Amino acid sequence: MSFEIDVTRRLGDTKIALSLSTGPGLTALFGPSGAGKTSILNMVAGLLRPDIGRIVVGDDTLFDSAGKIDLPPQHRHAGYVFQDGRLFPHRRVRANLLYGERRAALDNRLLGFDEAVAFLGIGHLLDRWPRTLSGGEAQRVAIGRALLSGPRFLLMDEPLSSLDAARREEIMRVIERVRDELRLPILYVSHDRAEVDRLATSVVNL
Amino acid sequence: MALLTPDDWEIIALSLKVGAVAVGGTMPVAFLLAWLLARGRFPGKLLLDGIVHLPLVLPPVVTGWLLLLAFGNNGPAGRLFAEWLGISFMFRWTGAALAAAIMALPLMVRAIRLSLEAVDRRLEGAARTLGAGPVRTFLTITLPLSLPGVLAGAVLGFARSIGEFGATITFVSNIPGETRTLPLAIYSALQVPGGESAVTRLAIISALLSLAALMVSEILVRRAGSGRGGHVL
Repeated sequence: MSFEIDVTRRLGDTKIALSLSTGPGLTALFGPSGAGKTSILNMVAGLLRPDIGRIVVGDDTLFDSAGKIDLPPQHRHAGYVFQDGRLFPHRRVRANLLYGERRAALDNRLLGFDEAVAFLGIGHLLDRWPRTLSGGEAQRVAIGRALLSGPRFLLMDEPLSSLDAARREEIMRVIERVRDELRLPILYVSHDRAEVDRLATSVVNL
Repeated sequence: MALLTPDDWEIIALSLKVGAVAVGGTMPVAFLLAWLLARGRFPGKLLLDGIVHLPLVLPPVVTGWLLLLAFGNNGPAGRLFAEWLGISFMFRWTGAALAAAIMALPLMVRAIRLSLEAVDRRLEGAARTLGAGPVRTFLTITLPLSLPGVLAGAVLGFARSIGEFGATITFVSNIPGETRTLPLAIYSALQVPGGESAVTRLAIISALLSLAALMVSEILVRRAGSGRGGHVL
């Protein structure tokens, strides 16, 4: 079992509720914008607190309202790739990549720095500032930053949405390699059918 | 420099000392207040906001009088400082620094608060998912991203401090070498027949110091923001 999620959360007038249980591989949360897909990822990451429910990833219980468990985000070991990359603007690419290294050093290290840089093809970007990167470059760095933080699972929030067709293809290949070679469970949010068909091991419709 | 008399230099040195101590002493308080106002949710926030900004709108002579009541030798705060820290404010340069600090506080809080509010909190969330606890997130994300505002606040506060007049003269009077900062010296020179040349010299120095402060802030802000290219002010 990879993700076991059963959460409810009221945000303003909308009620977000989801119950799912997935196997290994990439699980796509598929649905229209505004269905609360990002909120689900935020709840798994610990950035948004469910009103009630339970979140288990692998063997780790991250949240359980009944058992009064609510791990802070820094202890959840999530590798979160945001829709907008969300790189730290005041740190160069190298420093962005190394930000989560401290946790990775304590934990199981998925892959080393040089390995990750080669894997993502971002060696030539290391001394650049995030604002000088193209959308595809920024997204590859964001994936690298997440991978280097010693994650036990990945959360990806429409990582392709801001990219043109050529870049989408490039990032999709990277995601496929993460899925197949690193074998990390991935929770992947998208509203694009073709993307989901290609990447997902299983699909949850919202 | 022959253009300036030894007295002028003493006045300048005193003004700089008063300004630096005022800003240095106020900064932690200003940052804390700015943090509370930007991020905090508590009853009485509006009132706190009002009190912090009061020196901006209150006649400075009233601020000076209130300082006299609170920090005078018989005032409650004045006694505390004298007993616990051995600091006395009356007719001393420390009193001038305190008056300047109070007058500079709203400007500093304002600048820092604006920059704290401008920090993208989603970046803090990203840092948390990467393994950083609240303290590390603050030190590595929030603080550096708000640094331009902190520096701008410090320089604005410094400029305000070395220009402080009303509260200072009310609180600690106009004593040469102790509380006679640039504006007070200019005021004194104006009262003396034939003081025009001193007034001119000191006024030019005031203008130059203010201009230099603003330019330094601009340079600092640009350097701090080199990763983003932006600047606040």
